[in-house]
Amino acid sequence: MTRGGWCCIRDGCIFMSRTPDQHGPLVDLGHERPQVPARARNLSPIVPRASIAGRALVAVVAIMTFLASITTGTVLLVRASAAEWQSEVGSEITIQVRPVAGRDLERDVAAVTEAMRAQSGIVEVRPFTKAESAKLLEPWLGSGLALDDLPVPRVIVARVQPGTALDLAALRTKVTQAAPTASVDDHRAWIERMRSMTGATVFAGIGILALVIIATIISVSFATRGAMAANRPIVEVLHFVGAGDRYIANRFFRHFLRLGLQGGVIGGGIAMLLFGFSESIAAWFSGTPVGDQFAALLGTFSLRPSGYLALAAQAVLIAGITAWASRRTLFATLDDID
Amino acid sequence: MVRFENVGLRYGLGPEILRDLSFLIPAHSFQFLTGPSGAGKTSLLRLLFLSLRPTRGLVTLFGNDVSLLGKDDIADLRKRIGIVLQDFRLLDHMTTYENVALPFRVMGREEASYRKEVIDLLKWVGLGERMDALPPILSGGEKQRAAIARAVISRPQLLLADEPTGNVDPTLGRRLLRLFIELNKSGTAVIIATHDITLMDQYDARRLVLHQGRLHIYE
Repeated sequence: MTRGGWCCIRDGCIFMSRTPDQHGPLVDLGHERPQVPARARNLSPIVPRASIAGRALVAVVAIMTFLASITTGTVLLVRASAAEWQSEVGSEITIQVRPVAGRDLERDVAAVTEAMRAQSGIVEVRPFTKAESAKLLEPWLGSGLALDDLPVPRVIVARVQPGTALDLAALRTKVTQAAPTASVDDHRAWIERMRSMTGATVFAGIGILALVIIATIISVSFATRGAMAANRPIVEVLHFVGAGDRYIANRFFRHFLRLGLQGGVIGGGIAMLLFGFSESIAAWFSGTPVGDQFAALLGTFSLRPSGYLALAAQAVLIAGITAWASRRTLFATLDDID
Repeated sequence: MVRFENVGLRYGLGPEILRDLSFLIPAHSFQFLTGPSGAGKTSLLRLLFLSLRPTRGLVTLFGNDVSLLGKDDIADLRKRIGIVLQDFRLLDHMTTYENVALPFRVMGREEASYRKEVIDLLKWVGLGERMDALPPILSGGEKQRAAIARAVISRPQLLLADEPTGNVDPTLGRRLLRLFIELNKSGTAVIIATHDITLMDQYDARRLVLHQGRLHIYE
């Protein structure tokens, strides 16, 4: 059957033309024929934007994205600082030479230093002087300390060539031969603790992220359900005119995707700005105990470019999750309406 | 086109409101569906429009057993059916023009391909000057005409109308009946549910009378 125009006004009459050869007047409009300019156009969206709780949803997604970004950014900062710290600590070996009666401490220190310098894979050996040792103890014992009065061990720091696997057992034997009271510390315990701390931080961060994402999905599902309930008459009419569930869902889906992206951009953008200004913020607090603690833990407090990329990707991910959650709820609600 | 065989319908665990309906709606046919209030006319129209499934019996629509249809199939079949409901079901945020053009929009057609058809039909049903008006400011009769225009604009193969002349004056009622008759002559099967004896007397057509859930057919 030809689906061309079936209804046209000609000489004041309505004609029906299901096929080109089936013309005939339907009704004579005569003087009633309206003379109106045809201004009509399809301008309204099928789903009215105002009927969806848009602002609230944008706010929810923005807050969730902001929290997720702050979490991710902090985890990235901690991980980067920990890695830096680990590589610094891991590239050093500390030798402690304890004073005992009957042995010359200075001579033992010199012997251990020489032994270390002769060891392959050691690039630098630095014995701490008496004054430097006193400085190390200052925070605990105060200034003006006379080390001669105390059996304070001396410290020798050796820097290991990066990538070198030292035979620690052989090194210990060598050092003990040079000075029986010397002990070698490769900071393994510290590194293990650092690893545990970093792992716990990353784990906590992933946990918070998971909670944020679950909360986002729940909020979006409620918002979608509310929007669908408010627009139920529209859904029914769309069904009447032959629209399938996919068509209807797509109308709502685009709207929710737009809201999700708006929220993601706002929340992610604010978080990025915050990290962008974090160096300045850290500078304001430098010199204070809190500032120093943060600096020790998080280093320079500045996110690398890859970190910003991760935050942007996360904002897009949350927008995508918003759209996915809304689409899932849409189909479930359409099933209920049917 | 439509075949009902021993069809029954009940809502939930209530009594059967349609019983043992067996009839055929041939293509290009015209019939009035009548009966007292509460006889089940609207329920029968909803069965025909696939918005209800029968509790028992067999319904065949355009050669398809409706019990075997998926949701997408139902949406496709509905594109071949026009429906006018008593409560009009116009979208309040859309103008009269947009409401009438909605079936084409859902089909994904370009506006330029149907704009003239929509405007001509709106003029003909007397809404030429109300094309840009929103439904809340239309009178009951205007809403009814807009709903009829929306149902017929895509030239459905089957038109279902529930009291289509209930809110219009006799002159416009006659005019709308002529629209249905012309639509029928061009190949659309028409079923008009009505109480209006005067309307039915204006056109000699088959009458399906529902009484106490059973259907009586007067050819």
